[in-house]
Amino acid sequence: MILVWLMLIPIIGGVLAWIFARWSLRLTHWISLAAMAAVLGLALGIWGQHWDGVNLSSHGVWLLMLDKPWIPRLGIRFLLAMDGISLLLVLLTGAVGLLAVAASWYIVEKREGFFYFMLLWSFGAIVGVFLALDLFLFYFLWELMIVPLYFLIALWGNENRRYAAIKFFIFTQVGGLFLLLATLGLYFAHGRLTGVYTFDYFQLLGTTMAPALAFWLMLGFFFAFIVKLPAVPVHPWLPDAHTQAPVAGSVDLAGLVLKVGAYGLLRFTIPLFPQTALAFAPAAMVLAVISIYYGAILAFAQTDLKRLIAYTSISHMGFVLLGIFAWNTLSLQGALLIVISHGITTSALFILAGVIARRIHESRSMDRMGGFWPVMPHVAGSGSFFAIAALGLPGFGNFIGEILVLFGAFAVSPVFAILATGGFVLSVIYALRILQRVFFGPLTNPVEPRDMTGLETVLMGASMAVILWLGLYPQSVLNRTESAVLNLQRIVHRAMPTAPATPAAFTGEKEAPHELP
Amino acid sequence: MNYPDIIALLPLIITGVTAVLVLIEIGAFRNHRATVVLTLIGLALAFAALAVSWPLAPRQVTPLLRIDRFAVFYIGLLLAAAFAVVMLSARYWDRRGGRREESYPLLLLAVLGAGILVANTHFASFFLGLELLSVSLYALIAYQYTRVQSVEAGIKYLVLAGMSSAFLLFGMALAYAATGTMSLAGLLAGATNPAVPALPFYGGLGLIIAGISFKLALVPFHFWTPDIYQGAPAPITAFIATVSKGAIFALLLRYFIPLGVLHVTPLYLIFVILSILSMFIGNLLALRERNLKRLLAYSSIAHMGYLLVAFLAGGQLAVTAVTFYLLAYFITTLGAFGVVSELSGREEDAELLDDYRGLAWRHPWMAGVLTASLFSLAGIPLTVGFFGKFYLLAAGVDARLWFLVILLVISSAIGLVYYLRVVFALYGSPEDPLATGLVITPAHRPAFPYLGGIVLAALAALLLWLGLYPAPAIRVIEIIARSLF
Repeated sequence: MILVWLMLIPIIGGVLAWIFARWSLRLTHWISLAAMAAVLGLALGIWGQHWDGVNLSSHGVWLLMLDKPWIPRLGIRFLLAMDGISLLLVLLTGAVGLLAVAASWYIVEKREGFFYFMLLWSFGAIVGVFLALDLFLFYFLWELMIVPLYFLIALWGNENRRYAAIKFFIFTQVGGLFLLLATLGLYFAHGRLTGVYTFDYFQLLGTTMAPALAFWLMLGFFFAFIVKLPAVPVHPWLPDAHTQAPVAGSVDLAGLVLKVGAYGLLRFTIPLFPQTALAFAPAAMVLAVISIYYGAILAFAQTDLKRLIAYTSISHMGFVLLGIFAWNTLSLQGALLIVISHGITTSALFILAGVIARRIHESRSMDRMGGFWPVMPHVAGSGSFFAIAALGLPGFGNFIGEILVLFGAFAVSPVFAILATGGFVLSVIYALRILQRVFFGPLTNPVEPRDMTGLETVLMGASMAVILWLGLYPQSVLNRTESAVLNLQRIVHRAMPTAPATPAAFTGEKEAPHELP
Repeated sequence: MNYPDIIALLPLIITGVTAVLVLIEIGAFRNHRATVVLTLIGLALAFAALAVSWPLAPRQVTPLLRIDRFAVFYIGLLLAAAFAVVMLSARYWDRRGGRREESYPLLLLAVLGAGILVANTHFASFFLGLELLSVSLYALIAYQYTRVQSVEAGIKYLVLAGMSSAFLLFGMALAYAATGTMSLAGLLAGATNPAVPALPFYGGLGLIIAGISFKLALVPFHFWTPDIYQGAPAPITAFIATVSKGAIFALLLRYFIPLGVLHVTPLYLIFVILSILSMFIGNLLALRERNLKRLLAYSSIAHMGYLLVAFLAGGQLAVTAVTFYLLAYFITTLGAFGVVSELSGREEDAELLDDYRGLAWRHPWMAGVLTASLFSLAGIPLTVGFFGKFYLLAAGVDARLWFLVILLVISSAIGLVYYLRVVFALYGSPEDPLATGLVITPAHRPAFPYLGGIVLAALAALLLWLGLYPAPAIRVIEIIARSLF
């Protein structure tokens, strides 16, 4: 039941927040905050129970599972399950949710009740997406997640919000419908083969089908997920949506929605179609490398601060895509670490962009910034911290993730790994450019000389602690995801006709990552 | 005709008798409230009588009608939709005033015609049902004869429907010439009989398809749709969109699914072309529309195209998918037009998109129902339309109609643009200079103050409930789908 509560708490919290907004905004704020804190607390509780890492032999990789019939005639079940990966992502949802709610505290000035309702419902759906293991339920929640985000952008967004909201909706909806088609294709293929028509992930694993069909179905799953990730060439919704969304919407999108794409690739695309997907890996890795460069180069060209951060996300998600399709323990663990650290870092950067915007008449233009360090030292200090974390300096979580991805990718394809390393150089350029354009130099533009509020300081401090923790002691995370990652690899390994070409050390069958330097 | 036959036909008989009773009542003393109450009681009794017919199904009542579970279900759906339309009409005519009572017997006759259509197994009852429906609709569309648009729409429908009936009759004549029979069973036998000359037989079926396509407003037979949707009074538009189209689609299932359209290439191609054109042209034309009633008209064209995709899949899954989608479409469309009808004023219908700008801040519940309906049309989760679209795609994928389902996906992405545009308008700023600031008009002497709210609340509840837990509806629909085979 705890899995249902993880989903239901934000959903109920959202309804309550909406109802109470009529009488007391303060109460609405606290309800929203409490709901997300409860999600985070519950997830941390589960985390604490498995402090020594998840033990395969005693528990299996699934920490918790819930299985109820939903639409039995169609083989649709209400199947939720949590392994180390889901746990980590639910934890991220709780944390980013807390950041998003707190960051909206003083910003949202109209229709607050409806705002928190939509925000919390999006978190509820996202938690569900990370837990659902019935493919229909997954698709249901996947689609449900879009609606609140549409409202967040369309109602509380910036000047060009209608365009951005509709663009976002259509891209993700088309991706979603292809996901549905592919899911149905898999459903009927499995049904014809075995006589069991089901959307159950565990039963659908290892379905044998004609290679051509498998390829197209895999492509459907791949397409839907890289739209959300996003990778070039299906990224155009992202810069607009991130830029036009309100602060909480940007945090939600960058911190969580992109991660849903990564999760889908990891959980569904490759395990469901192991042979086809891994045969397709070089193409995916080409897209990954293109995304890394494209995002970084375009980020460099932006003058809009939020748009710049948005493009850097494309670049970082390129590393995630590379790590997932390299498909070995190192690269997968690395991809997960990037997902977590990028979620926190980018959320913090978007919140800071919002903080700065409020000091310069709601502008996002970097032409109106510069020399802010003496005026708002705490904002500038936090901004530098997160910009440097984003560029991948050792000591921060992002660095560990990207370096693990590169190690893992090198074992599979040195060429792609070397090419991707070039992305590091570019990320240094754009990160330092943020610092120089916004915080350093002479103060030429009018700015309201006000530093962070207490609440914002707390948020930034907590985010910094998490990033440092991930950078200095990543083992605590890796321990918990290890068994889940190994399990995914085992699923894929079983389906392969021959042993994979990569050395055993890099598939993680023998050597766990912590034994490597 | 013996006693069980009459019992089996009881729902239709009660509907017809109610129409006569209501006419007598209007003749004796003209009272809007009494008329509405009598009509609602009649429809409710007819609906209750379904419970008596259900155990008798399947039963061939005369060569003309077959009361099987499929027919019983569809008659129930039509009666329920008519019930909702009557409740909406009551509020609508309350505001308009004037001589409004005769619209109710016309509605009852139209439902009777639609009921005959879903149960017919013979060209004679086919034509009878269709004309009963159409002729009642001519009068209903033009009912508000003081509005120019309404009269124009009525005449347009009269001319075009007359032409389509001519197509239909000629098609029936050809099929009769080829097979020598007018019954559905004979037609089915003719399809497999090599002695039947192919050209007149399939030519006849083709003309029948043209006639049906007109009623369903499939492209290129769609030209009447936007004008009639706009011109007809809002509750009647809801009636055309649901009862009229639903009954015809049920007929399409009954005639063409057992006929195995998939195996006859020319007919198959006709349906494929109709489907693709309807999906794309319907959605594309809706993009630039600034009138909500016309927008929903174009959207209905596209939805009929979607339905054809599942229809083309053939087999039991297709019948289940189409029926579930029609159920979803009935609830959704009644919800959307219900809001339009509730918001319509004394003179004009609330039809401009600008009327709806910022509605969410003036009438949050109305805007909520309309939002849910639009999301349901777009196939977003938590609404019944989501499962509807899922079912259509499932039927298509099962039959490996990859090309059509991918086109369905692309065209429904186009559709999303205009649905979201309306949603955006609903939640737009109330200070928008384009907004007309429309609010609900109070009636002169409200005879039914809460009726509209009750209907909309019930429809919204159904829309969400089936969007969350469709399992019971699916179970019923699977049972009735089996009765066609």
